[in-house]
Amino acid sequence: MNRWLPFEWIAAVRFLREGRAQTLFIISGIAIGVGVIVFMSALLTGLQANFLKRVLTSQAQIQLLPPDQVARPLRNGPGEFESATIQRPSQRTISIDQWPKIRDRMLAIPEITAVSPTMSGSALAVRGDASRAISISGIEPASYFRIVRVPDYIVAGEARLTSDDIIVGTELAKDLGASLGDKLRVQAASGTAVVLKITGVIDLGNKAANERSSYVALRTAQSLLGTIGGVTTIDLTVRDIYAAETVARRIQASNAVQADSWIRTNAQFFTAINAQQTSNNLIRVFVALSVAFGIAAVLVVSVIQRSKDIGILRAMGGSRGQVLRIFLIQGGLLGFVGALLGSAVGVGGLVYWHSTVKQADGSEMFPLVFERSLFVITAVLATITGLLAAMFPALRAARLDPVEAIRG
Amino acid sequence: MGEEVLRLEGVRKSYNIGQPSETEVLHGIDLRLERGQFLALTGPSGSGKSTLLNIIGLLDRPTSGRLFIKGQDTGMLGDAAITRLRGHTIGFVFQDHHLISAFTAQENVMMPMLVDRGFPGADIAARAGDLMERVGLARVAGNLAANMSGGQQQRVAIARALAMNPDLVLADEPTGNLDTKSANSVFELMRQVNRDSGTSFLMVTHNLDLARRCDRIVDVVDGRIAGE
Repeated sequence: MNRWLPFEWIAAVRFLREGRAQTLFIISGIAIGVGVIVFMSALLTGLQANFLKRVLTSQAQIQLLPPDQVARPLRNGPGEFESATIQRPSQRTISIDQWPKIRDRMLAIPEITAVSPTMSGSALAVRGDASRAISISGIEPASYFRIVRVPDYIVAGEARLTSDDIIVGTELAKDLGASLGDKLRVQAASGTAVVLKITGVIDLGNKAANERSSYVALRTAQSLLGTIGGVTTIDLTVRDIYAAETVARRIQASNAVQADSWIRTNAQFFTAINAQQTSNNLIRVFVALSVAFGIAAVLVVSVIQRSKDIGILRAMGGSRGQVLRIFLIQGGLLGFVGALLGSAVGVGGLVYWHSTVKQADGSEMFPLVFERSLFVITAVLATITGLLAAMFPALRAARLDPVEAIRG
Repeated sequence: MGEEVLRLEGVRKSYNIGQPSETEVLHGIDLRLERGQFLALTGPSGSGKSTLLNIIGLLDRPTSGRLFIKGQDTGMLGDAAITRLRGHTIGFVFQDHHLISAFTAQENVMMPMLVDRGFPGADIAARAGDLMERVGLARVAGNLAANMSGGQQQRVAIARALAMNPDLVLADEPTGNLDTKSANSVFELMRQVNRDSGTSFLMVTHNLDLARRCDRIVDVVDGRIAGE
């Protein structure tokens, strides 16, 4: 007998140990339930982390754009309009007004970690008889690659961009029958054209993006799109990705730009995450309930089986409180031990699944993310569930009349 | 007159009070027990002996009448005080030993002290060891109760009843499940403890031979003391 362990703990552990098969079955049940929760939670965290990584390394976290061009009604005099209907004007490619100043201001904001000006627009890529509409992004590689990790997406060539170079998506290269080192004629809507050499082919993980995306040097895009010295967007990254929307709102309030955060532009992604979280939470609740009922059922049976022991303990001077605690401790212990084993089961299952389920290209489906907090919270919740589940049988045991209990 | 350990005055006990099936099983019991006395309570089955024992053992309360333990009127005490008084002054030996199977023999003997103090200590283990020796079972102190004979189990139950050094030991047919030799041995053990330590014993028994070897015999018939 451990000298430092209170009597209630000693009795609870001995009772659980004596009913070995019963204890083993219920702990297995709890472990499976907790295992499912750990497996699902870690899987979801991994998938979300993967999705976030993909989203945040292929686009800016905040994009500054020129303000929307709006039409103002013509007035003849006070309260008198020239025309009743006002048409929205077509949005020309225009530069952000005084963008170098705005860029410098952005660099001074502590929450912002990278700033890169970009010139974007549409053009036609022509090679022989084949032509495709493409989206041109004129970038400064040194700063832009800190925001969008283009080098990570390179599948052929390198992420090098001089004024005569172009990086294209895999599908675009395929459609034009072009490969590394080939030349493309890129023509803007204004008729301006340049001939560029393919120095890199990228796979952005999305067919539509691979069909249209291309990167050129900022100056090349500026001359091609007829906005010498101008930029259409300033891309930013922030320290805390979840604070992006707040930072964007602050920037927009104090600058003549429209600031779009990744949170706003990926609203559907957040809806999907929320839906996943809700279904995951529902599953957790039902698993926890089934675990709780399992513990309660086992302890109710245990109270019946141990009624004579309870009666004897009461006859020997044991209080109702002591009897109550013996059964509460059993519930808590079952929950805690079940949670420890369940965590191991969940981790084992996820590691096995991670090693067997791969994407088509052989890369991992999701990163393994095991947060310590998941295990701590699971253990605490399982223990509390065990205690709550034990409440009814424990109260029943404590209220047993010793005479009836001894009589059995 | 010796020191009074137990006194009952007009103790009555009824069940299903206020219902058509209301039954009175004890009809005004008066009884007094002094320190060091060994009293045998005899009577036919259903005469109310066990009910009387439960009331004396503070496991049940009388419907009316008064019960004094060491001069203290127990009718005035609340549940917690009754539990404490029971733990400190009364030891129990049951017909079916009722040892807790999850513990060893010596741990069962430690149990009343453990319940009282809350933590096991070296002194508790030592006292349990002494008691095991006193009942002649020091060698098998580490065995589980289930692995012991009926006689041995009952000896462990006696050691357990003595753990808190009680003033009164209540034994409900302690030899009822034992063969004659074991029954004699268990009875002699109780008698020895009674003589050595002055602990009072109140033993319910159907065994008239054993009853005759007690200091007093009280016969209960139909919920009344029929004679002494």
